[in-house]
Amino acid sequence: MDNGAGMPLDSRVFEAMKQYFMDDYGNPSSSHSFGNAAKSAIETAREKVAQLISAEKPQEIIFTSGGTESNNLAIKGVAYRNRAKGNHIITTAIEHMSVINICKYLQKEGFEVTYVPVDKQGVVDLKKLKAAINEKTILISVMYANGEIGTIQPINEIGQLAKENNVLFHVDAVAAAGKVPINVQEQNIDLLSVSSNDMYGPKGVGALYIKKGTKIVPIIQGGGQESGLRSGTENIPGIVGMGKAAELAQSEMESESKRLIGLRDNLIKGVLDKIPYSFLNGHPTARLPNNANLRFSYIEGESLILGLDMYGIQVSSGSACTSKTLQPSHVLMAIGLPHEQAHGSLVFTLGKQTTQEDVDYVLELLPDVVKRLRALSPLTPKELLR
Amino acid sequence: MYSEKVMDHFSKPRNVGEIKDADGVGTVGNPVCGDLMTMYIKVKDNKLVDVKFKTFGCGAAIATSSMTTELAIGKTIEEALKISRAEVAENLGGLPPIKMHCSNLAADALHEAIKDYQKKQKAKP
Ligand code: FES
Repeated sequence: MDNGAGMPLDSRVFEAMKQYFMDDYGNPSSSHSFGNAAKSAIETAREKVAQLISAEKPQEIIFTSGGTESNNLAIKGVAYRNRAKGNHIITTAIEHMSVINICKYLQKEGFEVTYVPVDKQGVVDLKKLKAAINEKTILISVMYANGEIGTIQPINEIGQLAKENNVLFHVDAVAAAGKVPINVQEQNIDLLSVSSNDMYGPKGVGALYIKKGTKIVPIIQGGGQESGLRSGTENIPGIVGMGKAAELAQSEMESESKRLIGLRDNLIKGVLDKIPYSFLNGHPTARLPNNANLRFSYIEGESLILGLDMYGIQVSSGSACTSKTLQPSHVLMAIGLPHEQAHGSLVFTLGKQTTQEDVDYVLELLPDVVKRLRALSPLTPKELLR
Repeated sequence: MYSEKVMDHFSKPRNVGEIKDADGVGTVGNPVCGDLMTMYIKVKDNKLVDVKFKTFGCGAAIATSSMTTELAIGKTIEEALKISRAEVAENLGGLPPIKMHCSNLAADALHEAIKDYQKKQKAKP
């Protein structure tokens, strides 16, 4: 149950991509020439992605190499373009590392960044966000939903706030796109990042929605592809795959999210019922259908991962011991968890293949794994071991 | 990521627990990632006759604790003080570079427990 770092490729997506790996793009009866066939395949994909997020026009979609590049293009593109207007950017403390690191980079370049805090459930503090807006503010960048703790942000309210204050609004929707309905027009979103890999599409492709009339500068200079905003030869099979993934995600969203929410809530309730001193991280209802982030007092996440891996259950954790920097996840710190509580956090990311049997299997094994590790821990209170 | 030896000690850790009437107790926290380990020792005729541990930490921390107790039991105080992190890691078939700091923890906790024992010995009339 670890689909968080990227979903497996849907076989239907691969089917759609297959012919575009070949030089002549398949279909011999096509009256299109080679270049036209490629072009129309890209435009079809553009339409599908536009539909998924209810963009007004397909031309508002720019294909990139993934979520990270989309975030770079959006934030740097707006920042550099609007330097004369202002140098202040507002974001949150729980953004994806790509957004946080782009902002840190821009701070070195002379931009000011406000990192708005979130509450215990990971919801951004709207009052503080509003108070942070000043006449120098050029951009608000907030993620749609957090892939680690699952919390969905009040995007409508933030979009309204941005609009009223005439500030551009960028949304990192990498974790949310294809899982929850997004409507960039109604939600007053000016820029929105999406990744293909997070909706069962191929890796190495993403998209940025840029609302018509929104001016940004490109960060890659070259031959002027993608309306001059993203130069470089298009990754045609990748783009076709992303289009197919977007189409499937949209058509299956309603039924699939209902199914996943059922599984997710069974898992959460089962764990909280069966395991003492276990807690849910993130918001109980405003959360991604496929995310359950639970924490267990007195034990550490990496050992939990290993303990579950022995039974073939794959999960991840925000524990310091699992990170390359040996720091706990910045998201868990931002929701106010003390270090040792952050240690015991476990992320379950459900996917298309996850079934109720899988959930039952976890519920059967997890209590024992937790118990075993607690028996090893010097922090566990004696009464809990009896 | 881990060697078979590490996984063996992680899944079947040896000498887990506390020693009620321990002759020495050592607790160390891991300054790098914030974990915690306690070692208990029982000494007879200058030899470690029993060593037990409790660890709040990653798989490597648990495995190194377990291995350290195995290496320590039966050794004299002087020999046990020579047990190094490198020796613990080596006996586990190596550790990933990022996990080397966890092996410090176990050897350090053992040494702390021995120091605690020595202090108590000196204090005795
Ligand atoms: S105890 Fe934290 S990384 Fe090993």
